[in-house]
Amino acid sequence: MEISQEKSVLVTADGTPLKISLARAQRRSKIVAFSMVLPLLIFILIAFLIPIADMLSLSVDNSITKEILPKSVIALQNWDETSGELPDEVVFAAMVEEIKKAKIARKHTRVGQRLNYESSGFSSLFRKAGRKVKIIKKPPYKEALIKSDKRWGQIYTWQVIKQFSTEYTDGYYLAALDFKRNPTTGKVESLPGKESIYLKLFWRTMLLSSLITFLTFIIGFPLAYMLATVSTRLSNILIIFVLLPFWTSLLVRTTSWIALLQQEGVINDFLVLVGIINNDGRLAMIHNATGTVVAMTHILLPFMILPLFSVMKTIPKSYVRAAVSLGAHPWKAFWKVYFPNTGPGIGAGSILVFIIAIGYYITPALVGGSSGTFISNRIAYHISSSLNWGLGSALGVILLGIVLALFMLYDRIVGIDNMKLG
Amino acid sequence: MKKFIRAMAATAVMVMVGFVGQAMATELVVVSWGGAYTASQQKAYHAPYMKLNPGITIINDDSAGSAVAKLRAMSQAGNVTWDLVDAVASDTMILCDEGIIEVIDHDRDLAPAPDGTPASKDFGGFIVSECFVPQIVYSTTFGYRKDLVSRPMSSICDIFDLKSFPGKRSLEKKPINNLEWALICDGVAPAKVYDVLGTSAGVDRALAKLDTIKSQVVWWTAGAQTPQLLADGEVIVGSTYNGRLFALIEEQKQPVAMLWDWQVFDLDGWVVPKGTKNKAEVMKFLRFATDTQRLADQAKFISYGPTRASSAPLVGKHATLGIEMAPHMPTDPNNAKTTLLFNYEFWADHRDDLDARFNAWLLK
Repeated sequence: MEISQEKSVLVTADGTPLKISLARAQRRSKIVAFSMVLPLLIFILIAFLIPIADMLSLSVDNSITKEILPKSVIALQNWDETSGELPDEVVFAAMVEEIKKAKIARKHTRVGQRLNYESSGFSSLFRKAGRKVKIIKKPPYKEALIKSDKRWGQIYTWQVIKQFSTEYTDGYYLAALDFKRNPTTGKVESLPGKESIYLKLFWRTMLLSSLITFLTFIIGFPLAYMLATVSTRLSNILIIFVLLPFWTSLLVRTTSWIALLQQEGVINDFLVLVGIINNDGRLAMIHNATGTVVAMTHILLPFMILPLFSVMKTIPKSYVRAAVSLGAHPWKAFWKVYFPNTGPGIGAGSILVFIIAIGYYITPALVGGSSGTFISNRIAYHISSSLNWGLGSALGVILLGIVLALFMLYDRIVGIDNMKLG
Repeated sequence: MKKFIRAMAATAVMVMVGFVGQAMATELVVVSWGGAYTASQQKAYHAPYMKLNPGITIINDDSAGSAVAKLRAMSQAGNVTWDLVDAVASDTMILCDEGIIEVIDHDRDLAPAPDGTPASKDFGGFIVSECFVPQIVYSTTFGYRKDLVSRPMSSICDIFDLKSFPGKRSLEKKPINNLEWALICDGVAPAKVYDVLGTSAGVDRALAKLDTIKSQVVWWTAGAQTPQLLADGEVIVGSTYNGRLFALIEEQKQPVAMLWDWQVFDLDGWVVPKGTKNKAEVMKFLRFATDTQRLADQAKFISYGPTRASSAPLVGKHATLGIEMAPHMPTDPNNAKTTLLFNYEFWADHRDDLDARFNAWLLK
């Protein structure tokens, strides 16, 4: 009786029950494992998640108007923008006082800049007001402000300020999808054709990226197949040729394509020399969509070949041999047996190439002309040139959304577990 | 063992000396555009200053192209690592508006002209923002291949004349300048250009004019592209910054000639980021680098005009080519018969709008 009880609780050498000891050891190894992942986790948090969260908040942030014109914004709430009359003296007084204050803090033009995104002219309106308000010392402020610039006497000006004084805005997203909120009515309207850019650019980016992905597959598949089937020594040498351009600077590769493809370039010269085209009919292969597709297919090719190669390496040669020995035509054996086995590699390569392609901007900027630029070129423009970070962020969030949606679609159809990177 | 200890001691001393040395020398990070332009600043400003002040080391950073965004990011992060930045005037106005750069008291912070004229008078109208220290006048203008056209080009409207001058032309992928030129060649009086461009119908008119040559345009985004396109014979005529064309014509001896008609003047100058750790040293350097002689010296190395009135008579010969620089300056009376000055106020208001219109037009 006693013996059996003792046996039922297993203990370690120092007397602690085995269960507790095991849990302790497991906890320790869990902590060790976690602490080893911790640096990576922190890195991802700082370098990836926080910037994305920041981008999300930038794309809806509109606190600037309220921050710099708090009293005016509150006073404007009592004004009926559809009444057809200007706001009352209280609003003008608050505006003059707040522009004076903002001028000292050098912030008055920031409101102007924000509102200028919605309606051209606000930038100069606020800059000018910053110069003029210091001479306005006593009421009536209304007449004085209107005297400094007649635009303050237009109802439209105040409608815009009121309309875009909320803490958060959907204005950047609307702009990113070629819509605009009418300041007078508050209704969302789509932009006329001569002003719409972004939907076309999103569509073009997807279309050209798909084409580039398809071309890398068409070129990469036979190449990967050859690499996987020749002797290891030869394939090691050939792999170098795949990787060599991969290690070369992106700019060098892009400019080499310019030298090759331009109208006075190597390829056109050759075609003229052998008489395929005449001198006046030189082909335009660069500074258009063709240039972007050619250069990017070349640049992204390794991203297709490497996953394909690593998957093909693992397919036993005996599969195809077995199929052929059972009477299948070599082509049928390849198509029915070998090709389906490369699926995970095709999936990984395609996703990789496509996602890199839709975010590319240096190559399209250099060789894309006007018909071969991507949405990322506009994002880069808004981040580094126009400084409209709100719109740049909104475009970025939409692009991120598209990538995630495609990723999920891929998971639904093919299954993400089926993807193999090597 | 003794040898080992001695070696260790020597290393320790060297490291310590190194640290002390580092603490004594001040490093100024000066951001500019790279290439021949930074080289001209290095020779005219940095090298002489470092010779006079052995404790100062000037480090060049070539990222002026993305300086506006980077300065804003640095300012938001509260970690300013740049001391002096070379920026175009329109960007300076944005940065000054946002409070990212220091306000300059031109008469106090900068040297007067040799005859005693205060700096604000010497620079005159070129001080377009209270944060801006003007350095050079440059222009966006055209160069054409002499051997590929039937007769010399002399008018800006030759750009729009496909009959007399068939072939590709390169233009900057921006509405700025192109819309102005289109309107002038569509018959708008140059003084009225910005009035017309301020209306939607005016923009339509400018774009309609550009439509007539759209199929023959190569759009550039970097200043080096047009010189390359001209050298390759890819285009017969193209716009770029005048200094790039000077290098193409005089240094690389390409068969290219200038078309100065309706060149657009713009300004480039220094700005001091708010929050720089070496403000006192930077201001001293700034005073030196923008005095009358130094601005004239820079013109020995690159064909951009000095912004001080007092520097103009001092502009001499190119340092290595030995040619007179004055006739190559955009401000030379022979070149500046018809000019536009970049309209900062107009573009601050309309840049976003017209940029959208222009890009939508490109997509059509």
